[in-house]
Amino acid sequence: MTLFFFLLIAIVTVISAILVIVLRNPIHSALSLVLTFFSIAGLYILLNAQFIAAIQVIVYAGAIMVLFLFVIMLLNLEKEKRVSEKHPLQKAFGVSIALFLLGGIVSIVATGVLYGNMGTETAAKVSAVGNTKAIAGLLFTDWVLPFEITSILLIAAIVGAIVLTKKEL
Amino acid sequence: MIPLSYYLVLSAILFTIGVVGVLVRRNAIMIFMAIELMLNAVNLSFVAIGKHLDSLDGQVFVFFVMAVAAAEVAVGLAIIVNLSRNKETINVDEINIMKW
Repeated sequence: MTLFFFLLIAIVTVISAILVIVLRNPIHSALSLVLTFFSIAGLYILLNAQFIAAIQVIVYAGAIMVLFLFVIMLLNLEKEKRVSEKHPLQKAFGVSIALFLLGGIVSIVATGVLYGNMGTETAAKVSAVGNTKAIAGLLFTDWVLPFEITSILLIAAIVGAIVLTKKEL
Repeated sequence: MIPLSYYLVLSAILFTIGVVGVLVRRNAIMIFMAIELMLNAVNLSFVAIGKHLDSLDGQVFVFFVMAVAAAEVAVGLAIIVNLSRNKETINVDEINIMKW
């Protein structure tokens, strides 16, 4: 049953991801990217990562895609759609290089064995306290310095975005 | 139980679609969306491997990747808005001022 849901969500994810790069209108691409993000959130639920699934929907499908749609509508890209293809071989080269990459990754994943030190957070242990609480426990103890640096990064990004788009300071 | 390799193959497919998008599309916003797709593919493999190894560090890492992606989108879209104001285009073939 889990496998059925996984295959269903995986097919939706791949099809909507292909639509993102195939559709000509940027707004349609952005909307299918939202669908991709929602189905990836479904995959996170299948992986018992409920907190990540929630912030996937809130941050990616909510905040980031609204920003994308806002900029697409602000720029009024009607004339961009008619830009002719200057490099006819570009598509063929791009797709063949990417298929080469896919073959490489899949062959490594299919034949190789994944090594790594087993952690201590087993599924039973995490579900006893709850996924969000377990992540918060890690985030504010082992990872507290990267967490604080992230806040500085976000401040810098906000200030940078304002400075870039403001006409005169 | 779904094997880990299924998730990794799905993640590889999503990443490849993102690479195709960056290589083929000429609209700067479309390239940005393809980059977001690649970031999501990597996030998926982080969470899948983290579950495989009984560790939550992968999910913490995905949290940081999302924060960095939000910052990147804010600054990148500001740059694109500026580009379209100054050069009247966001076609990356026509933006070659730093090329020699």
